Amino acid sequence: MTDTIEEIQAATKGYIMKEFLPGEDADELSAATPLLSGGILDSISTVKLIGFLEDKYKVEFAAHEVSEDHIDSLEAIAALVQEKLSAG
Amino acid sequence: MTGTSGGLVELFARPLRERATEVALVQHGAERESVTYGELDSRAQAFEDALRANGVKPGDRVGIALPKSIQSVASILGTLRAGAAYVPVGSGAPPRRNAFIFDDCGVASAVVPTGAAEGLIAELGREVRGTHELGDDALLLHLEPGAGEPVKDLAYILYTSGSTGAPKGVTITHENAASFVRWTHELLDLGPDDRFSSHAPFHFDLSIFDLYASLHAGGTLLLIGEEQGRQPRALAPLIAEERLTVWYSTPSILTLLVNHGHLDRIDASALRYVLFAGEVFPPKHLRALKALWPSPRYFNWYGPTETNVITSYEVPETVPEDRTDPYPIGKTCSHVRTRVLADGTKDAAPGEEGELVCAGASVTEGYWNLPDRTADALFEHAGERWYRTGDVVTEDAGGDYIFVGRRDRMVKRRGFRVELGEIEASLYRHPDVVEAAAVALPDEESGVAIVAFLCWTDGQHPSTIKLKRYCTENLPGYMIPDRFSHLDSLPKTSTDKVDYERLKGMA
Repeated sequence: MTDTIEEIQAATKGYIMKEFLPGEDADELSAATPLLSGGILDSISTVKLIGFLEDKYKVEFAAHEVSEDHIDSLEAIAALVQEKLSAG
Repeated sequence: MTGTSGGLVELFARPLRERATEVALVQHGAERESVTYGELDSRAQAFEDALRANGVKPGDRVGIALPKSIQSVASILGTLRAGAAYVPVGSGAPPRRNAFIFDDCGVASAVVPTGAAEGLIAELGREVRGTHELGDDALLLHLEPGAGEPVKDLAYILYTSGSTGAPKGVTITHENAASFVRWTHELLDLGPDDRFSSHAPFHFDLSIFDLYASLHAGGTLLLIGEEQGRQPRALAPLIAEERLTVWYSTPSILTLLVNHGHLDRIDASALRYVLFAGEVFPPKHLRALKALWPSPRYFNWYGPTETNVITSYEVPETVPEDRTDPYPIGKTCSHVRTRVLADGTKDAAPGEEGELVCAGASVTEGYWNLPDRTADALFEHAGERWYRTGDVVTEDAGGDYIFVGRRDRMVKRRGFRVELGEIEASLYRHPDVVEAAAVALPDEESGVAIVAFLCWTDGQHPSTIKLKRYCTENLPGYMIPDRFSHLDSLPKTSTDKVDYERLKGMA
């Protein structure tokens, strides 16, 4: 039984809130909030987030996927992770 | 330096002619792409022709806002061959900032990604008179005449963070740039078999070595895009697959590679030189890197954009386990002269701290259209033009300079110059901000963390997410504060200035 999109999104959000936005109101971070293009994740925090997702879901991100086109929001991240889970 | 065909153009003219069938540039996008010297020559020629057709004259400026690509290199070379100076900006930087730069130095033409043209044009203070499709999603804009007269022998203008809130343009002549490139070829044994990295974006002065040292050698240059360049997991395999022999970047990137790049899984044994500059390399990370890549020679280079590299230090074979002090910035390069001034005027006694000043072939003639800033930064002495680096150094017993700190509020972040004053000026432009102050703190992982303190009109502050988005619209990524802290008012010193020391304690 793989995680649902909602579960992946919630786990990703939890990680970002704890690591990069401590003290921020959780309602401010919506499924569509731009993470990379909105300046919320910089290069180091993006590397950390990818590490977290790869460890938790035992998936691998291709280099080109670590970009604004593929992981700029919680919904995009969750969709990509789930695609990898169902492919694997 | 004689005429506009010398300098940098002279450095790459021969390889472009004589190595026509050899690979000049490689880039990994969706697919691996490359061009030979002959193809690069044709594409540079096509760009030069397009500029001339648009009426661009020697001494004019040409804006380059393309992401790093074969077309962007061809555009740079074509600009130089037309006798014009190129003005590179970050393709991902806010359009308002790029438009400010292009208007400030009055570029006659600008090449932009087709998709970004509209955003830039909307911010420009001038009309677009015509456009020219270059292919590869690049569009050449021909602009209404702008500010500034033609400037002889100017090769490029690099805009760096300005403390008053607006970026300032460092003007670099052909002779300035070429003297530095020739020095690198004296110091290092570089040839046509070398395969160079191009990690730094073209608006960052590390790119000068990448571009011209590799073309002058007739070697191959691997173009690394901005997104690729930030991803250690993508970068590491590229170094191996492309059998790079010369790597040049900021220590930040090397630290990222050591800590997150799984370097133990790749074969980087082709590397001959690892060069780094732009900021201090913490010995802990340097030691880890040397353990993984033991064979290349390592050089710590130092120099501001206004002079390019002026001191060099070769890192010893072994970095002792207990070393925590960063390595020296080294000894003066052969193309320049340096002195250490105590109290701004007299030479420092041996071992005494003072400001490093520099004269010689690579020293800028000044900032674009900022005579006051130029007069502050440059002074005449014994018939030479000296640049005040703002960096405080001492000389050790072995004659190597040791970097001590800054005289002002400039900090280095990922190797980029950041004036805390420019961040503050940008925050002050927010309609609800009453007071703003930015401080920099040492950070274990990223080197420097920037904390912004803000006071708000009605005491109500926006969320961190909203603030970060506001900043992305107004500042390049490397200037966005890591954290925001909200206060009723900023602490002041007895002379009623912002008490930055107290703010640092509060951060």
